[in-house]
Amino acid sequence: MPAPTDHPITLTVNGTVETLVLADPRVSLLDALRQRLGLTGTKKGCDHGQCGACTVIVNGRRINSCLSLAVMHDGDAITTIEGLGAPGALAPLQAAFLHHDGFQCGYCTPGQIMSATAMLEELRAGWPSVVSDDLTAPALSDDEIRERMSGNLCRCAAYPNIVAAIRAVADAAAPAEDAA
Amino acid sequence: MSAPIELKLHHTMDRPDSDNLLDRTAQGVISAPLDRPEGPLKVTGRATYADEDHPDGTVHGVLARASVARGWVVGMNTAEVRAMPGVLDVIRDPRLLRSPAQGQASRAPVQNPAEIFYVGQPVALVVAETLEQARHAALAIRPDYEAREPVATADGQPCETPPAKQATQGDLDAAMTAAAHRIDVTYTTPAMSHAAMEPHAAVASWDGDRLTVRSSNQMLKHNVAELADALGIRPGNVRILSQYVGGGFGGKLGISHEAVAAAIAARRLGRPVSVALHRRTVFEATMRRSETRQRVRLACDADGRLTGVGHEAWVSNLKGERFSEPVTQATPFTYAGENRVIGHHVARVNQTTAGSMRAPGEAVGVPVLECAMDELAEAAGIDPVELRIRNIPSEDPSTGKPFSSNRLEDCLRAGAEAFGWADRRLTGQRREGEWLIGMGMASAVRVNMLETSEATVILLADGTARVETDMTDIGTGSYAILTQIAAEALGLPMDRVTTVLGDSDLPPASGSGGSFGAASAGSAVMLAAQAIRTQLARRLGCDEAELTLKDGAAIAGNRMTPLTEVLAGDVLKGNGLIKPGKTEKTVRQATWGAQFAEVAVSALTGEVRLRRLAATFACGRILNEKTARSQCLGGMAFGIGSALTEEVMNDPRDGHFVNRDMAEYHIPANLDVPEMTVTFLPDRDPHANPMQAKGIGELACCGTAGAIMNAIHNATGIRVRDFPATVDKLLDRLP
Repeated sequence: MPAPTDHPITLTVNGTVETLVLADPRVSLLDALRQRLGLTGTKKGCDHGQCGACTVIVNGRRINSCLSLAVMHDGDAITTIEGLGAPGALAPLQAAFLHHDGFQCGYCTPGQIMSATAMLEELRAGWPSVVSDDLTAPALSDDEIRERMSGNLCRCAAYPNIVAAIRAVADAAAPAEDAA
Repeated sequence: MSAPIELKLHHTMDRPDSDNLLDRTAQGVISAPLDRPEGPLKVTGRATYADEDHPDGTVHGVLARASVARGWVVGMNTAEVRAMPGVLDVIRDPRLLRSPAQGQASRAPVQNPAEIFYVGQPVALVVAETLEQARHAALAIRPDYEAREPVATADGQPCETPPAKQATQGDLDAAMTAAAHRIDVTYTTPAMSHAAMEPHAAVASWDGDRLTVRSSNQMLKHNVAELADALGIRPGNVRILSQYVGGGFGGKLGISHEAVAAAIAARRLGRPVSVALHRRTVFEATMRRSETRQRVRLACDADGRLTGVGHEAWVSNLKGERFSEPVTQATPFTYAGENRVIGHHVARVNQTTAGSMRAPGEAVGVPVLECAMDELAEAAGIDPVELRIRNIPSEDPSTGKPFSSNRLEDCLRAGAEAFGWADRRLTGQRREGEWLIGMGMASAVRVNMLETSEATVILLADGTARVETDMTDIGTGSYAILTQIAAEALGLPMDRVTTVLGDSDLPPASGSGGSFGAASAGSAVMLAAQAIRTQLARRLGCDEAELTLKDGAAIAGNRMTPLTEVLAGDVLKGNGLIKPGKTEKTVRQATWGAQFAEVAVSALTGEVRLRRLAATFACGRILNEKTARSQCLGGMAFGIGSALTEEVMNDPRDGHFVNRDMAEYHIPANLDVPEMTVTFLPDRDPHANPMQAKGIGELACCGTAGAIMNAIHNATGIRVRDFPATVDKLLDRLP
């Protein structure tokens, strides 16, 4: 067996610089967050990139943190659910999920909210999806939200409420953007 | 703080409720669509589930599992694996479980990992300093087997036919012969998996002889008894914490491998041990819903009045399991008909343990009965809604007992109206380009239950209250509704009530299961609050019935007094206990609904796209309109999975669960779930419990799949009698 080696890496997690000495290169980004940094808001649902519960934002893009090794992220900026808001200071999507009951057991919820955060940015940037009518300027239809959120499974099936929550936030943001 | 002054209020449901407390209170929070009080923790990632908040020094255990379906483990390379980096222990303790405990078992399930009954059964626990080391080492375990030929599938196997589960009334064969219209069809539904998003996990630690386990469980009082029995220790030495449970659906009713393994390991090592099941282990080694084969016979006269109803089911389970999917549970009382047959047969197979999954019985039995009713409606030339209305019995036709309440006709009529059922065309008559459009419907019915439940409510001197019970919230909304019940009964704003759940040291509740949680734990909380009301009334010198509590004040005899003044520094405690009684036996209790679906089926590919689902339910008092609706949306989506995507596939050679991950076992994803509407009819059921509330979360998945299947038939003319309706079952039969 190879002897354990040290792999010091630096991550900026929710704005805080964290240096991690990983004695094991097999540690996934998900397990590094949950077990090494104590950020258990990011959930492990399948550990295989199939459910989306572990979604975090790395350098502005949403990824499944279970499918990525921590050592691959030296120097990266990572946002987890803990970095979006806190009880009493909820981010707009967190408040909308609460109000629209966009969750039940709550286990997939951090992943859903992280995914929705990045998804709205992708849409603003004009990225099309398989359900887009106009590939150059996709509109925020309900099906567009459903398709773009289909990588985040929810067995409680809060889906209709998740769509409503995301739509509420997107609609609230739209006029402000127009005004700007 | 002065010692609490306690009053107990214990109630057995021997008579229908005549008090109806929650209709005479004034706070106005009961039934309101309020946000979940624990919601801010969940949406910010601060709610801590089982495998979180590890105590210092926690090490990691991973289960090694069998690769054969039947036989004995006669050796293992434990010495080799113990020598691997970081490995602390390899545990082959005879107390490790074969199967998780069944719901409400309160005793150990089948144990001993040395005898193998199914592929994927745990054979040992490997513990290491880190998860990575434990996982690697567990994969290196190589058991030596003395293998036996397994019973891979139920096909062609002899069955047990338990006498208590058979019933015959009149002469169904004669009724079939004499019928103007008759249906004799066989349907199959596949095995299914709960697939809760949080994998089963347990973190065990010992303090002397006292064991604490953070776990993901639904029924703590039963789980304590099961875990203690499995370990051979006293239940008083076991504490289970399940404050947040990442979904259950029946898959976490009983203790499972992880809790027992973690407890044994933690004892041996003197360190806290986390055992978080890998997703594949959850699929293969926890529970499944049994596959079913169902023969339905229906006979009716020329007017569509049923003269005969036959429903026989064949299911499977492992040897030694008493549970078998109660497929026909609602059939004895759903529709009229004087000649009846109920049959139940169980095959013993070497597959993953079968257990309760959301609405055991009705979730698969009702859709099939409803498909058969659709077939009969077509044969008789009667509208499917009308056929059902003509056959609603005035009393339970199998026992002669009255219904506590039967709202099926109301649901059918209101649902049909809201959905626009009148626009439905005859089979195969509507097409939009490539798409064949159809509408279908089904009745929804599920038995209603009450289980013994205890709770404490404490009214503190500052006028705030605390609710305490070991009830769990698996996403159903327990935190919300229990807070609402206490707030309503005590006349307090929601933010002055705190609800503490999921700790087995608290008063024992029913737990979450069978849709009885809200009614049972809720009634206990209401009774506890009522005991406090009684104490307050005594202090004010009035009857409890004359007392109005609102916004932290008591109103009695035209005088308003702040609660803090009534309390005068005292702390009042109420202990509530509800028990099922005679109303469980004297009347037939059920919840009712009607489900309507519209589908589009591609005439080219056979792809089914669900366009909309609409359901109307009558299930007693709604305790929180928001969380109740969410329960129904989730239940209906469960039905979408049963109709269109979900299916456990077993290898016919060794029975192993082939599609044991979330990429291959297809629970509905967001885009699979269309617009859904949920309507609750105003309803009260005094026989159910003192709140007159009933179960919700399971009812919503009873019938849904039938409505979708019937819509597919209406669109295409194809009867799929083998759930789910995947493309391959439609493609070569499309018009």
